[in-house]
Amino acid sequence: MELDPVLLSRLQFAWLIGWHILMPALTVGLASYIALLEGAYLVTGRARYLRISTYWIKVFAVAFGIGVVSGVILPFQFGTNWSRFADATADVLGPLFAYEALSAFFLEASFLGILLFGRKLVPQWVHFASAVIIAAGTLFSSFWIIAANSWMQTPAGFEIVDGRFLPTDWFEIVFNPSFPYRFAHTVVAFYVTTGFVVTGVAAWLIRKGRARDDAKVMLSMTLWLLSLLVPLQILLGDLHGLNTLAHQPAKVAAIEGRWETEAAFPLTLFAIPDEESENNRYAVDVPRLGSLILTHRGDGTIKGLREWPKEDRPPVAVPFFAFRIMVGIGVLMLVLIGASWWLRARGRLYESPWFLRAAIGFIPLGFVAVLAGWTTTEVGRQPWTVYGLMRTVDSVPPALTGGEALTSLLAYMAVYLVVFPTGFLVMARFLRDGPAALPEKGDE
Amino acid sequence: MSIGFDFVIIWTVILAGGIFLYVLLDGFDLGVGMLYGLAPDRDSREVLMSSIAPIWDGNETWLVFGGLSLLAAFPLAFAIIVPALYLPMLLMLLALVFRGVAFEFRVEDEAHRGFWDYGFCVGSILASFAQGVMLGTFIEGFEVEGRHFVGGSLDFLTPFSVLSGFGLMAGYGLLGAGWLIMKTTGAIQARARRQGRYCLIGVLLAIAMVSLWTPHVSAEVAARWFSWPNILYLSPVPVATALLALGVWRALGGTSEHWPFVGAVGLFVLAYAGIAISLWPMIVPHHYTLTEAASSESTQGFLLAGTLALLPVILTYTAWSYWIFRGKVRRDNGYH
Repeated sequence: MELDPVLLSRLQFAWLIGWHILMPALTVGLASYIALLEGAYLVTGRARYLRISTYWIKVFAVAFGIGVVSGVILPFQFGTNWSRFADATADVLGPLFAYEALSAFFLEASFLGILLFGRKLVPQWVHFASAVIIAAGTLFSSFWIIAANSWMQTPAGFEIVDGRFLPTDWFEIVFNPSFPYRFAHTVVAFYVTTGFVVTGVAAWLIRKGRARDDAKVMLSMTLWLLSLLVPLQILLGDLHGLNTLAHQPAKVAAIEGRWETEAAFPLTLFAIPDEESENNRYAVDVPRLGSLILTHRGDGTIKGLREWPKEDRPPVAVPFFAFRIMVGIGVLMLVLIGASWWLRARGRLYESPWFLRAAIGFIPLGFVAVLAGWTTTEVGRQPWTVYGLMRTVDSVPPALTGGEALTSLLAYMAVYLVVFPTGFLVMARFLRDGPAALPEKGDE
Repeated sequence: MSIGFDFVIIWTVILAGGIFLYVLLDGFDLGVGMLYGLAPDRDSREVLMSSIAPIWDGNETWLVFGGLSLLAAFPLAFAIIVPALYLPMLLMLLALVFRGVAFEFRVEDEAHRGFWDYGFCVGSILASFAQGVMLGTFIEGFEVEGRHFVGGSLDFLTPFSVLSGFGLMAGYGLLGAGWLIMKTTGAIQARARRQGRYCLIGVLLAIAMVSLWTPHVSAEVAARWFSWPNILYLSPVPVATALLALGVWRALGGTSEHWPFVGAVGLFVLAYAGIAISLWPMIVPHHYTLTEAASSESTQGFLLAGTLALLPVILTYTAWSYWIFRGKVRRDNGYH
């Protein structure tokens, strides 16, 4: 069998970013949560906030460390496996990546030392300020990375000279058409993911009877935050979808499983899209709902995949299913939040065994939704690295062999299958003990 | 055009400075990581680990900064050099992953502490070696056609690149020993002084062999150094290196706690300057100059505006976080 360096490079990038993104999904949210707790401690002086903050800082440190080392690998991928893409786009994208390093990495890396080791060395307000700076750093980081990613999806502010993309308008490059939606949707996804992790851990502690009072504060606090964030996320998702329909209609056609251009089209809840026959099998359709959701009108029209030549279409099945997983999880989250209101109104939030069990079961769901959403948007971008302008097959180095690409993919797989599970194990151990079990260092 | 030219010069300085800071900063903590394997007991390992725990990931950030500055300011160089270093780059990145996570895992994954201790030490060794190999490969040059690297996967593997791999290991070891002399006391410090001397011998051998070898294989480099009057202007470099090496040797054997590290930094400055003199103005040796590989004026300008504003701030708070953790390693600094 001939090894295809393009496919292997894609698998490698998906593998590396898929694992990596789990860490920001947790650290972006935790950083803001820790800043909130440190602020609460600074204002109220209550040791409870200090204990909860210290508890999550340890988890944050592990996740952040793994995020850093797995993040260092990524920019070099643009050289090792995507050098023609780098050569063509670096004039536009290079500064966005470099600004991430400048504005975020350094900020985070330097102040993390203070947050982790400096409790006794600096006054509390400096410790709080470090937490805020780290939280801001994680948001800057997301800003620049999502700007670069969005530009690949909806390129703007450039001209093409001799096959290279040269900048003409930096504001248009950074604030390209899909950026605001993607940025908001991603950051809120990270917050929601973290929120359900904190909720689930608190529920687990309550059920185990460990640090119940601290756990109740965590549970109540995050459920209020999620009550705001989950509905907001669904709204942002809708807006992002409309934006994608305007700029990347082929992606939306794949997500919706629409082969024919049609008006008053249905919403396909489930189907097996068949790219050979260009049809959906076993389709479960709800009439007109697709039009309503995507065009906000009952008789709106969607362009079907057959309008594009085969070589310009994205794969269909992967974005189709990934999107349904993401949306399905969103609906489940909304149901759990609704249940929390109902229980809270009856004063049984901390006592209901089924709710606490469900909350524990929700711990991984945010991560799954993030991966599913990422898969939807990235696979939906295919067959392009720069949407409509540069093909994925033209992006790899000419000298890259299938053997090299396979070697590196297998090496990354082996290492990540040791490092990430160990990391999750270590985080789980920290969490298992509960806040009160932590040493009382710096607790005065 | 003159403005464009100035941007290239400024970016050359920033890139060279960024890479040098990386080499220096991650160099000493990689060095400590290698010496970690020679520490005789758990207590001294803890001290070694604590001496770099609060600062290592800030140090490693300069690698990302260097890589991304190269991508943004000299994309053609990035697109040729990085694919040409496919396998050593892979080795370095994986080694850095292992040593990076080992900081936490060796403490928290008690059952496999031995594994992570090895991971930390071996990761430091392999990352240092791979960086040296990449440096050697870079100096030797790559097979290029048009805008692409067209050589084979194992082109990087030459006696010269392997030699420079060992040379950089010795250099990082020397920096690490110098750092430990500053940060520790007693038996650990005494051991670092002895280890520093072995590393210094390795560094000097490597510098000598690279200095003799490079002009031998490259007529351009030979002409740069040995033609009149260059030989006069450039002679201070080798002379200063020799004098400084002598000074470091004496400092390692004496009582000074700072001079071994400062001297080691000096040796790195001179070796780095030597390489820069040999290669200037090429960024892809034998193929592309800095100006030819540069990104557009708009790109360099856009990034420069923010960089000039942020770099001083970054340097300030980097220095500040070093200041917070200044002095001898405290066993009770909250690190586990």
